[in-house]
Amino acid sequence: MTTTTQTDVLIIGAGPVGLFAVFELGLFDMKCHLVDILDRPGGQCAELYPEKPIYDIPALPSVTAQGLVDRLMEQIAPFKPTFSFNRMVSSLEKLEDGGFRATTDENEVIEAKVVVIAAGGGSFQPKRPPIPGIEAFEGTSVFYSVRRMEEFRGHDLVIVGGGDSALDWTLNLQPVAKSVTLVHRRPEFRAAPDSVNKMYALQEMRELEFQVGQVTGLAGSGGQLTSATVKGPDGDVEVACTRMLPFFGLTMKLGPIADWGLNLHENLIPVDTEKFETSVPGIFAIGDINWYPGKLKLILSGFHEAALMAQAAKRIVSPGERIVFQYTTSSTSLQKKLGVA
Amino acid sequence: MTKLSFVAFDGTRFDVDAENGSTVMENAIRNAVPGIEAECGGACACATCHVYVDEEWTGVVGEPEAMEEDMLDFAYEVQPNSRLSCQIKVRDELDGLVVRVPERQG
Repeated sequence: MTTTTQTDVLIIGAGPVGLFAVFELGLFDMKCHLVDILDRPGGQCAELYPEKPIYDIPALPSVTAQGLVDRLMEQIAPFKPTFSFNRMVSSLEKLEDGGFRATTDENEVIEAKVVVIAAGGGSFQPKRPPIPGIEAFEGTSVFYSVRRMEEFRGHDLVIVGGGDSALDWTLNLQPVAKSVTLVHRRPEFRAAPDSVNKMYALQEMRELEFQVGQVTGLAGSGGQLTSATVKGPDGDVEVACTRMLPFFGLTMKLGPIADWGLNLHENLIPVDTEKFETSVPGIFAIGDINWYPGKLKLILSGFHEAALMAQAAKRIVSPGERIVFQYTTSSTSLQKKLGVA
Repeated sequence: MTKLSFVAFDGTRFDVDAENGSTVMENAIRNAVPGIEAECGGACACATCHVYVDEEWTGVVGEPEAMEEDMLDFAYEVQPNSRLSCQIKVRDELDGLVVRVPERQG
């Protein structure tokens, strides 16, 4: 079923800059909907280094990346933004009325008057393990996620990795697959100790195999995998298999944004420095994903860009309306919006 | 100043003067050593500053901590002398250190 969300502004990316854009747009009464590939707000701050301190946020001498995200969520709460998590905007088209229609990878439709791309380094996507020739098996024998467990029924399955995804799927698919071999570089795991214990218990009962090593080669033809070479402490081992699930973490890729007809500059989106608008009027780009002379990839630069973008977005969302510049310190109308007056 | 040498995958050698307290990765980036990407900027969150520590130096440099070990799972062709260069701090004892850059990062 297709659901259509109507909003003033669609923000692609719920990292710190996308979140702060909700605040700046909200002061001008624009409603925002955010789409992010991750399952929670925060972008790189939440995914890559939540516990790391950041020292260059003005007036916060030290704040952890997750702490910054939590504060931003609190700051934008009065504007009641809506979110689509675990989603990627796969296509974006301009409508005749001047607005935009975005479709996610799960076929949800979002219609907005303005689009703000705040996608940082791109969308987080599963990292392709460095195995020569793996591309030839992707989508037929090698998968980076499990959509339906049934697709693995009766298969000799190799799962690669040492994190929670690898261990969880090892345990979940073990009863379904014909055989499961878990391959990990070392006998220690990042995954939850409980899952690791369960895995070792199953290995003890010979219900699955655990192989220490790194997958260095794949064999098969026509996309059909027949075996994987595992380089272990005692040399190479051939593991017969028909399906492989590598879980090597996430990396950032520009993804479908490249297909939206925007001018690009080395995988970044050039913008002007007055409105931070892209080559397509009505589509803005702020934060790490944009480029202009002198650009610095700093969170504080992204915040500044959000503030200026909001002025320009307001002119599109409410044409003809006079924009009054106000301070939150003294404006009762802004304070009402923030719920403090 | 502490002397460090990076050997790129094609064999090109980069001899650099490094300040104590800086990371080996920072010195690679500062001197544009090819093959060190450092995507995450040194947060031990990406495994794209992977290097091989010269065998003669592994004892002095030391072993990776647990978090770095976890991250090394994502690196390409991990060997016993693999380290993430953002997690090696330059100090006097490392004067003359040689690290090799792998064929590729992840």
